[in-house]
Amino acid sequence: MTNINVTVNGSQYQHEVEPRVLLVQYLREVLELTGTHVGCDTSQCGACTVLVDGVAVKSCTMFAAQADGAEILTIEGLAPAGELHPLQEAFRDAHGLQCGFCTPGMVMAAYDLLQHNEAPAPHEIREALEGNLCRCTGYHNIVRAVSDAARRMTDARSAVNAPGAPSASGGAAPRAVANRGG
Amino acid sequence: MSTDTSERLFGASVNRREDARFLTGRGLYTDDVKMHGTTHAVFVRSPHAHARVRSIDAAAARAHAGVRAVFTGQDLATGGVQPLPVAWLLPNLKIGERRALVTDVVRYAGEAVAVVIADTLQAADDAAELVNVDYEVLPAVVDAERAIGGAVAVHPGAPDNVAFEWTIGDAEATNAAFAKADRVVKQRLLNRRLIANAIEPRATHASYSPASDEYTVYVTSQNPHVHRLLMAAFVLGIPEHKLRVIAPDVGGAFGSKIFVYPEEVVAAWASKAIGRPVKWTAERRESFLTDMHGRDHVTDAEIALDADGRILGLRVDTIANLGAHVSLFGPSVPTYLYATLLSGQYTIGAIHCRVRGVHTHTTPVDAYRGAGRPEACFVVERMVDLAAKELGIDPVEIRRRNFIAPDQFPYQTPVALTYDSGNYPVAMQRALEMAGYDALRTEQAEARRQGRYMGIGISSYIEACGLAPSQVAGALGAQAGLWESATVRVHPTGKVTVFTGSHSHGQGHETTFAQVAADALGIAMDDVEVVHGDTGRVPFGMGSYGSRSGAVGGSAIHMSIEKLKEKGKRLAAHLLEAAPEDMEFEGGKFFVRGSPDRTKGFAEIALAAYLAHSMPAGMEPGLDATSFYDPSNFTYPFGTHIAVVDIDGDTGKPTLRRYIAVDDVGNVINPKIVDGQLHGGIVQGIAQALWECAIYDDQGQLLTGSLMEYGVPKADQLPSFETDRTVTPSPVNPLGVKGAGEAGSIAAPAAVANAVIDALAPFGVRHLDMPLTPATIWQAMQGAPGR
Repeated sequence: MTNINVTVNGSQYQHEVEPRVLLVQYLREVLELTGTHVGCDTSQCGACTVLVDGVAVKSCTMFAAQADGAEILTIEGLAPAGELHPLQEAFRDAHGLQCGFCTPGMVMAAYDLLQHNEAPAPHEIREALEGNLCRCTGYHNIVRAVSDAARRMTDARSAVNAPGAPSASGGAAPRAVANRGG
Repeated sequence: MSTDTSERLFGASVNRREDARFLTGRGLYTDDVKMHGTTHAVFVRSPHAHARVRSIDAAAARAHAGVRAVFTGQDLATGGVQPLPVAWLLPNLKIGERRALVTDVVRYAGEAVAVVIADTLQAADDAAELVNVDYEVLPAVVDAERAIGGAVAVHPGAPDNVAFEWTIGDAEATNAAFAKADRVVKQRLLNRRLIANAIEPRATHASYSPASDEYTVYVTSQNPHVHRLLMAAFVLGIPEHKLRVIAPDVGGAFGSKIFVYPEEVVAAWASKAIGRPVKWTAERRESFLTDMHGRDHVTDAEIALDADGRILGLRVDTIANLGAHVSLFGPSVPTYLYATLLSGQYTIGAIHCRVRGVHTHTTPVDAYRGAGRPEACFVVERMVDLAAKELGIDPVEIRRRNFIAPDQFPYQTPVALTYDSGNYPVAMQRALEMAGYDALRTEQAEARRQGRYMGIGISSYIEACGLAPSQVAGALGAQAGLWESATVRVHPTGKVTVFTGSHSHGQGHETTFAQVAADALGIAMDDVEVVHGDTGRVPFGMGSYGSRSGAVGGSAIHMSIEKLKEKGKRLAAHLLEAAPEDMEFEGGKFFVRGSPDRTKGFAEIALAAYLAHSMPAGMEPGLDATSFYDPSNFTYPFGTHIAVVDIDGDTGKPTLRRYIAVDDVGNVINPKIVDGQLHGGIVQGIAQALWECAIYDDQGQLLTGSLMEYGVPKADQLPSFETDRTVTPSPVNPLGVKGAGEAGSIAAPAAVANAVIDALAPFGVRHLDMPLTPATIWQAMQGAPGR
């Protein structure tokens, strides 16, 4: 057994884990954060994508022990309870999800993209999400959602940065990880 | 509520109410279910496609730390568990025994022979490795055509491996049509095997309560009531009312979650045997090996034409690979759901089709998105394109000459169906305009002059949704009714709960059915809750498959609401001291015709019905209604899709440049959701044309057994789509809706294949079989004469 300390969605945890336990199993079984899904066992579907120290990672490719000391953001921590992050809003408005199973991973992967590229072109969105499989949407509305989210997040940042704007969050920053795209 | 139709909820692109939970990770999928004492099951599966199980030594596994039990097929048989059923019986269908855990002979690689149940998944996994199965490996047969009458029989009851031979159409009339034809075009067409690959793997969580003698089974199901009936009455032999089946949030299905699988049977039985909840979730490799597969036809087709390109006859001979067992609805897919669609959108004088369903040592084949109809569309649309080529007619023109005319509906085809409504030329014209068809042909001619290869493919498809009516289906072998039920319960405060027997696994019923109900009752959508997926809450249901939910499930809701309105009118008339026949209901209000000031609001009537202080003579208190809607016919969506592809001359790599889709699914409840359904179906169809194909080696090993080898499409392989709709309401059901879930997967394979083959015309390519991979295309280009 290995002792690990992790920060997940802003909360700190300490657990003893078997060395072979994957990060996704730790999140789902131990922390009961079942929003992160498992769609394959071979790191192809991307349903288990979370952010580890601000970077999108397929959480089935990592042992929980390797996450010792890391700051992790899962879909549950993207927005405060009862609210939606602009990226989540954009997925809803563009009908960028159907069965919802790939959605948490897809949203986290898209979040990672928008940290690095504030205004991605459709082909850049498609390339960035090629590691996340969706069997329902045909990706058409996912691409629309991410384009739209990029606009919303840019608008929110402009509103925050505008002279005389209130200092409150523009709604684009999650709880646990600073929004480095701003 | 305004009666202005532009503000109606029916037809509005409202956002989905289920999305908030999905987007925040708060959905409840089967693998998320955990109870006190939940144990974990791991199945021991045969590595061989055909083998006799001589013995199973599970002593070491049983002794492993944390293991609660190891069960074999013999344990289940002794425990009274019956073989898995078949629910569509064709005449003279030969059904071999199929058990949840094999007792004697394994018939496909991946078939389960034992289960290990332990306190943790890790312990179960480790112990499963310790189960020692002694197999006598036997020769396997994989190719369906070679299996017919071959040396190796999959089941002793079908020594020639033919489980059924079935025909439809008029053979004599078809022979006569061919005899007078000016031109006959023949082609062998392969429709290769596909694997659904819903992103959520199949899963189950079963528990048994000794206190109530009840089982509760969570399962990834499209039809929980069907699951309950089949598991209780046919397999487990327990009373139906003692089994509760819950299909919670289900992460995609596409047909693959219709069927009762061995794993939920074993988990339910074992939960009582060990006195603990039992959970199982498939690994993706198990999904590939054990989810029911789709398609897998070899078809010899002949089309007869006159000199003007009018289709006189179509003769089709299909070998359908059924896999190792007759699956639940396996017999219906390559017969009634396939050959009845062979008239396409065309007036064809005579059609005859023979289908042989053949066993092989491969995973069983059953419904996958489209289920028979994509196979039919591919035959028709490839043959029409081949005929156009042979006659030197443009593919648009040959379709135009043969379309069923708008004034010919209802149209009786030569293959049993009566199409309800349609306007095929208009849909095609719209698609041609969107594509800029003439300009594309000009561009193509110029590209060819420059040595570049682009192709334009057309597919004018017909679909049949909402399989019906029950009486006819029963006469054809269905062992189930094909109705849908809905209970609409009005609460004393006027809030409404809709209990639907349909099931949503991505289709958005919680939203669209709330739209239907709120629209009809003139109340806010927020005042309507939709409940589905739980036999403990919903009285009856047949679930969702075959694009039936809107047409059949939605119509059942409509029927219940009509009953509520009638009762409400009689109660309102009584309270307003008016004649019931003078009452109107509109905008959420009951009022006396001609006296709009004499009204009772919907909530007022609901309260009055439950208070029951003043009721008309003979009226029972309460306000709810249950209906069973059994459609009089299928509905028939249609449309034309156009694909534009570019082929890399050096590598053969096809790039789908544009995809245009004009669909007519009748009235539309929520355009945003319908568009999404179309997009998803189109991509599964494109994927069949270009990438997806399950391949076995000669020993029956699945070579495409992971997402590395099997081509589920990715975002960067696809374009965005150009879509539009025409609206021809269905006269079959009161909502005028047809169905949208499968249309894309039906139309797209032929559109894309026709485009690729069109691009390769300069190489003399007449036909290529899917999937049209770069290797297939490159080889065709190398084989061209003069290169």
